[in-house]
Amino acid sequence: MTLDLVLFWIPGAVAIGATVAVITRKNASRALIYLVVSLLAVAVIFFMLGAPFAAALEVVVYAGAIVVLFLFVVMMLNLGRSSVMRESRWLQPGMWIGPFILVAILAVVFAYAFASVDGVDTKGEMVGPRAVGEALFGEGPYLLAVELAGFLLLAALVGAYHLGRRYLEERRELS
Amino acid sequence: MDWFWLVPALPLAGFLVLFVTEGKLPDKVVAFVGAGSVGMAALVALGVGWQFVASGQSSFSLPLWTWIAVGDFTPSITLYLDSLSLVMTGVITGVGFLIHLYATGYMWQDHEEPKGYSRFFAYMNLFVFAMLMLVLGDNLLTLFLGWEGVGLCSYLLIGFYHRDPANGYAARKAFVVTRVGDTLMALGLFLLFWEFKTLEVQAILADADSLTPGMATGIGLLLLGGAVGKSAQVPLQTWLPDAMAGPTPVSALIHAATMVTAGVYLIARMQDVYLLSADAQHVVAVVGLVTLLISSFTALTQTDIKRILAYSTMSQIGYMFMALGVGAWSAAIFHLMTHAFFKALLFLASGSVILALHHEQDIFKMGGLWKKLPIPFWSMAIGSAALVALPLTSGFASKDAILLTAYDNGGWLYWGGGALAAGMTALYTTRMMIVTFFGQAKTEPHDDSKANMWLPLVVLGILSIGGGWFGIAVLDDLLGPIGPLDHFTPLALVTIAVPILGVLVGWVVFSGRVNVSAVVESGLGNGLRRYWHGGWGFDWVYDRVFVKPFVAMARINKNDVVDLVFRIAAALARGLHYVGALTQTGRLRWYAANLGLGLVLVLLIVLEVL
Amino acid sequence: MAIEVPVFHVLILAGILFLLGLAGVLVRRNIMFLLMSLEVMMNAAGLAFIAAGAVWGQPDGQIMFMFILALAAAEVAVALGIVLQISRRFDTLDIDAASDFNG
Repeated sequence: MTLDLVLFWIPGAVAIGATVAVITRKNASRALIYLVVSLLAVAVIFFMLGAPFAAALEVVVYAGAIVVLFLFVVMMLNLGRSSVMRESRWLQPGMWIGPFILVAILAVVFAYAFASVDGVDTKGEMVGPRAVGEALFGEGPYLLAVELAGFLLLAALVGAYHLGRRYLEERRELS
Repeated sequence: MDWFWLVPALPLAGFLVLFVTEGKLPDKVVAFVGAGSVGMAALVALGVGWQFVASGQSSFSLPLWTWIAVGDFTPSITLYLDSLSLVMTGVITGVGFLIHLYATGYMWQDHEEPKGYSRFFAYMNLFVFAMLMLVLGDNLLTLFLGWEGVGLCSYLLIGFYHRDPANGYAARKAFVVTRVGDTLMALGLFLLFWEFKTLEVQAILADADSLTPGMATGIGLLLLGGAVGKSAQVPLQTWLPDAMAGPTPVSALIHAATMVTAGVYLIARMQDVYLLSADAQHVVAVVGLVTLLISSFTALTQTDIKRILAYSTMSQIGYMFMALGVGAWSAAIFHLMTHAFFKALLFLASGSVILALHHEQDIFKMGGLWKKLPIPFWSMAIGSAALVALPLTSGFASKDAILLTAYDNGGWLYWGGGALAAGMTALYTTRMMIVTFFGQAKTEPHDDSKANMWLPLVVLGILSIGGGWFGIAVLDDLLGPIGPLDHFTPLALVTIAVPILGVLVGWVVFSGRVNVSAVVESGLGNGLRRYWHGGWGFDWVYDRVFVKPFVAMARINKNDVVDLVFRIAAALARGLHYVGALTQTGRLRWYAANLGLGLVLVLLIVLEVL
Repeated sequence: MAIEVPVFHVLILAGILFLLGLAGVLVRRNIMFLLMSLEVMMNAAGLAFIAAGAVWGQPDGQIMFMFILALAAAEVAVALGIVLQISRRFDTLDIDAASDFNG
């Protein structure tokens, strides 16, 4: 039990540290690398909690696809040294006060809310991809949600295509 | 008989073709589609009718599909054929085809706009389809659908010459006035559904005995309301004379042969309900009698040839209602059929005259036409003879059956009223014939009608004469005994004599052999004439009682008091919008912070801290 | 096989990650960082679901995580398109500059 807790908090600490770095770094590329670290740490936690499929998805889709998408945009926007300077200008220490108060209040509320589940342990069972797939596509309640997710992704595809295309066309007009 | 569905489907297909092509087809193709679809429907109907009669079945139903299924309420689209609907189908498709054929010629010279020809036939085909659904539907919902469909087509076709606002007004009047009746009828249908939990005609009729007399009277009177509106009977008759604004074939098809007889069909169809209520039956008979008298007197004073025929249509349908009221169901349907023949003939012949005189409808501006327009004249003469019910014509057979049954079942009052009106019919018909076709020629007719116009006249002329024999030979079997056909009792002889007397009197008076101008020009005569000419003041009364107050109320309520409530709601929403808009600073992080605060709030509420 | 820990701890970790993400959203003005912070927040929510699923040993937690994943992917695709638009039109990535969008 204690060993499990230690095992749990090693990637947990990594995730927290990396996330702190994500929100404080001034260079976008570095922040992204930290984000990947954070996500990988969470993926490890998923695996340990008995969700190997979710862990794999976390690595493949989050750390793989989504962050790479971020990287593409960072490269397209060519965020270099000038943007780092600008970030330092924007990130005044005084800016942290307001958000810190709000986050502190929320933290108290969260702590209070989570206290109600004190004493409940995770089961320690592996739930493999097969069980997930059966629950998702079988006679479960999720079929409609799967369809809706499909719609959402299609809409996002169309929307992203539209926004990106306009960008290119206008640039061509200007040049 | 499985091909039966083609009968309504063909006109519908014709309508769809004309509707989809939006008048882009050449006029010859339009004529072919428009008249051909109805003609083919008539052929199919003939074949089906032959089979039906030969098979000796009493009814035949052809379920097509279920319309909607709501719990126990599953009205189906089912075609139902029995002797009553067979006769109606025959009339609608047969007479309908002849009128369509005539219209291909009539409308050729007579549409104002380039696409009018196609539009006309699209409406006409739709009308035939709706009318067939009305008579063939096996439940009252289908009937009501057709009922409203023919009302729509009637509206569209009365206002066919839409460039003249007066025609649009006439169309609206017809629509609104019949709507009064339709509302009553809908209430009647609701009551029927309430009582029987179904609208299937046969189920209702089979179970009709379970109605209490009061309920039967209520349903009967409400359905009568619908019938009165559609069939232009007192007190909802005022729309029919104005409906003559439509093209003449429309008047022939819709406002003489078929649609206006839908009320007769409805009551005949629901006869078992009426049999349960002597009161309702009595009201039907009285409505018929009153209409019959009022309109035949009115017809005597009209000068517009189509309005004369319109009033005569009203009075003939009055005969049918009277027949229904006294229980002479078969006689009523028989008269419906013969009336469809001779009134369609009269209308079409008058259409030829009107066309030849370049849209002159005033009979006093005609005259001396009989030599120049032989086919219209002879058609008109045959039609008039049948209308007057001279012996050996079809009208004679059916009207005699009605009058004699009216005497047997109803007594002196109905027979006397009917006979009086028959005399008046003879009088005004003779007047119309003499003024139109004899005397001095006042105009130069210009008749270039082709075979497609005179052929229907000839066929309808033959039917107007021979239809009576057909009726006695066939309908007697199909519908049940039509009535006492013994023409050698004193009463029957008087009944025969009255119209002949009327014709003689009319001939004497209107050909100028006896000068009656002193009577007509006297104060009383003049007053009566004007009173009758205005349709006994119904329009005047309705105008004062309904139209003017309604318009006045609309004017008072111009700013719409009821709408105030909604405007307050709108103002409230607008105020809230301004308040809400203040928070819309466009600063995303401000929104995010507020979201966080909201999250705190919601969590606290969920955790029951607050 | 899998670890057995009090779910309280997992939820605390998820809460911390969530709040860090929220702080990032509130503090950063650069849209790119803002979006990254959003990803962190969603990931935290996914962690909470996985934890709940692990308590019962049922796949439902993972399924909800997958839906969050789909949502995140859709959101990023559209949001990055908008980022490109903003940087092109306003020549900046300052989220406050985009308040001209209002109205």
